[in-house]
Amino acid sequence: MDNHYSIYICGVGGQGIIKTSTIIGEAAMNQGLDVVMSEIHGMSQRGGSVSTELKIGGYNSSIIPNHGADMLLSFEPIETIRGLDKVNSETKIVYNTHPIIPSSSDKAYPSVDSITKTLKENFKHVLPIDGTNLAIDAGSVLALNMVLLGAVTADDKFPLSKDSVIDAMKNNLKPKFHDMNLKAIESGYKSIKG
Amino acid sequence: MNLKELVTGVSGEKQFLLGNEAAVRGVIEAGVSIAATYPGTPSSEIGNVLSVLAKEANIYFEFSTNEKVAMEVAATAAASGLRSFTFMKHVGMNVAADSFMTTAYSGVRGGMVILSADDPSLFSSQNEQDTRNYARLANVPILEPSNCQEVKDMVKYAFDLSEQFQIPVIVRTTTRVSHMRGVVEFGDVNDNSSNNDNHWKRGHFKKDPSQFVPVPAFAGEMHVKLWDKIHEIETIANASDLNSEVNFASDKKYGVISSSSAYNYAHDVVKFNELDADILKLGFSYPFPQKKVAEFLSDLDEVFIVEEVDPIIEKETLATIGAKKLDVIVHGKLDGTFPLYHEFNSDVVGEGFNKILNFDENESASYSSSLEKLSQDIPSRAPVLCAGCPHRAMYYGINKAIGELGLKADDVVFASDIGCYTLGINPPYNAADYLLSMGSSVGDGCGFSVSTDQKVASFIGDSTFFHSGISPLINAVHNKHNFVLTVLDNRITAMTGGQPNPGIPVDGMGDEAPEISIRKLALACGCDYVRVINPFNLEQVVKTYKEAFERNDAAVIVSKAPCTLIKGLTRKPPVKLVEGNCNNCDKCVSELACPAISKINGKIVIDQSQCDGCNVCIQVCKYGALEAGR
Repeated sequence: MDNHYSIYICGVGGQGIIKTSTIIGEAAMNQGLDVVMSEIHGMSQRGGSVSTELKIGGYNSSIIPNHGADMLLSFEPIETIRGLDKVNSETKIVYNTHPIIPSSSDKAYPSVDSITKTLKENFKHVLPIDGTNLAIDAGSVLALNMVLLGAVTADDKFPLSKDSVIDAMKNNLKPKFHDMNLKAIESGYKSIKG
Repeated sequence: MNLKELVTGVSGEKQFLLGNEAAVRGVIEAGVSIAATYPGTPSSEIGNVLSVLAKEANIYFEFSTNEKVAMEVAATAAASGLRSFTFMKHVGMNVAADSFMTTAYSGVRGGMVILSADDPSLFSSQNEQDTRNYARLANVPILEPSNCQEVKDMVKYAFDLSEQFQIPVIVRTTTRVSHMRGVVEFGDVNDNSSNNDNHWKRGHFKKDPSQFVPVPAFAGEMHVKLWDKIHEIETIANASDLNSEVNFASDKKYGVISSSSAYNYAHDVVKFNELDADILKLGFSYPFPQKKVAEFLSDLDEVFIVEEVDPIIEKETLATIGAKKLDVIVHGKLDGTFPLYHEFNSDVVGEGFNKILNFDENESASYSSSLEKLSQDIPSRAPVLCAGCPHRAMYYGINKAIGELGLKADDVVFASDIGCYTLGINPPYNAADYLLSMGSSVGDGCGFSVSTDQKVASFIGDSTFFHSGISPLINAVHNKHNFVLTVLDNRITAMTGGQPNPGIPVDGMGDEAPEISIRKLALACGCDYVRVINPFNLEQVVKTYKEAFERNDAAVIVSKAPCTLIKGLTRKPPVKLVEGNCNNCDKCVSELACPAISKINGKIVIDQSQCDGCNVCIQVCKYGALEAGR
């Protein structure tokens, strides 16, 4: 199953999730790999939970089966929990630790520390990163998606090179943001690789 | 990717495209001259992209007032010898159906393709109807792409087929095909250069009433001709590469027949579980390729039919088995192998196969009780009205007016409509009690007003009002109905991503266009009470509702304020909290449900990045704890 890799990407509408996924998909295409992706549009975007699914290598369906993701990439702590159906014992769980608290919610937002602790009790590869602050350090909170994109490229099993992801980023985002985005990708990469 | 690549891209080039973008490339390759739509998810991005590219691609493009008009624009273009394209969400077909059915009879001269996007699992729709029924109802061919490349290729092919047999052709997608992104290799582009001063080509309508005027004497003959076409096209479907076998089997005991997005799941389940079964993939599914299906079935003992939504291929297969006297067991929706509703995925399809084949030991993951508890305790994150949304102010205002009039919640029926404002169903607004379809809030107002003694408040958006709210408003006046109609005029078709509508001075190609006044329309319909108000002035909102509820006619209130998502609007500074004044009554949180206001650790917090400065919360606070930003 070489070069098979499925990423479930989730977060909140407006965090740049579709753009991040498209960049990965385009990089895969440029490396000559089969790739399909699924996105959510429409009413589901009005501040609600948003997810995309990206599958590299020989798949027809763009939907990841339950427990079938190689990586769960979450832009927001509790959205990580909502994505756990896609996770198995080998899945890398990478998530941004900065919460976006739903305005009118039935339930209290759990502490991020308790989320991390519980995830670590249950899964082998739990990788929280302070993506929002790394993005601010890189130049803008809006670069969060690039920090997380950098984190994806740091996984040893991820079949694409960091360079091809960077090329695809450049092809999809405005030149005046390239320096900031490169910085964000690097910091995301280092936060996983150490 | 730059969208312009869809026009300038050359044959052999590859791009990573959304299904809807691939449809646009198909339209461009086919050399279409006229395209028209009414936006509807999951088909909306086709219009958004065409809107940007139309001029460069020599295409006349319009956002029509509704799908029926779009169908008529496309039908007449095709009758005039041009290639024409119309596209809509599945329920748009209901609106267009009256003209669509007759277009099948009269036929076309230039190719005409209708793309209808189904929405299994109702991501943004009111039902799960299956467009494939329309192909059978009208007796026109239907193609079912399963991925982005096929969307592009089948849209292009549909035009050739349409022109060859002078019949409109449907391309049916589903949400997972329209919103899939995949690699698409471009083909050649047919020439559609303009022959005049406009950027698009003009055709010429050659008169022939026997073809285009379905009076009874002609229509009877048209129906005979339609069947002649369909019988001929069935031969094409039987021979088509779009209906082909994908082979995995060594032994011919089991087989699978599938189409569209469902095929993707069937394919992956068979491939990755190494199941011993071939798949017959139907991309050209009506006229039903009975001969090809019969050949596929002839070697099999049992067949799985994997399709979303209705059991259509399954019934056709059962009919084939009956007609050809075959001995094959059919596993599908009808025998309970697969669900009769909602979208499929590899898990659902795998489970269905497993019921018969028992290939997979079901192992469920087990997690700690702390994780189980955490999963159950996380707050929900449903879609909400945006910070600064004018609809929120109107819903707050009407509920306040109802209270001040001494009415109870049960005394007022809220007839809602299709748009962002349907989110008014949620607390604290509770402003959606009944909903059928686009424009239904007005007709529903008529019905409730004669059927009950309750007050009725109907809510409709600007675009939806133009779509199908006007003729029921005439009905309301003429038949003396009594209700309050609010037109939420937010200067855009918001929910589908911000398309223009007749209420704003811009058309679908970005050109200046006459702006149609909702106020004048309501007056012309005969309404005596028509008020245009600023929704962010709560005092005015409450006063107007109280006035309107006291009347005994169809009263119209137009709430006029732009959607916060419109690009280029100047944003007002965010609201500030005056901490000393806040007494934690929570009114701003609990009665407005604005995503920019939350209570964190017992304190009200205004999210400065989200607050749009609409200042409605300032008018709600009794303690002067909120003040306008500077």
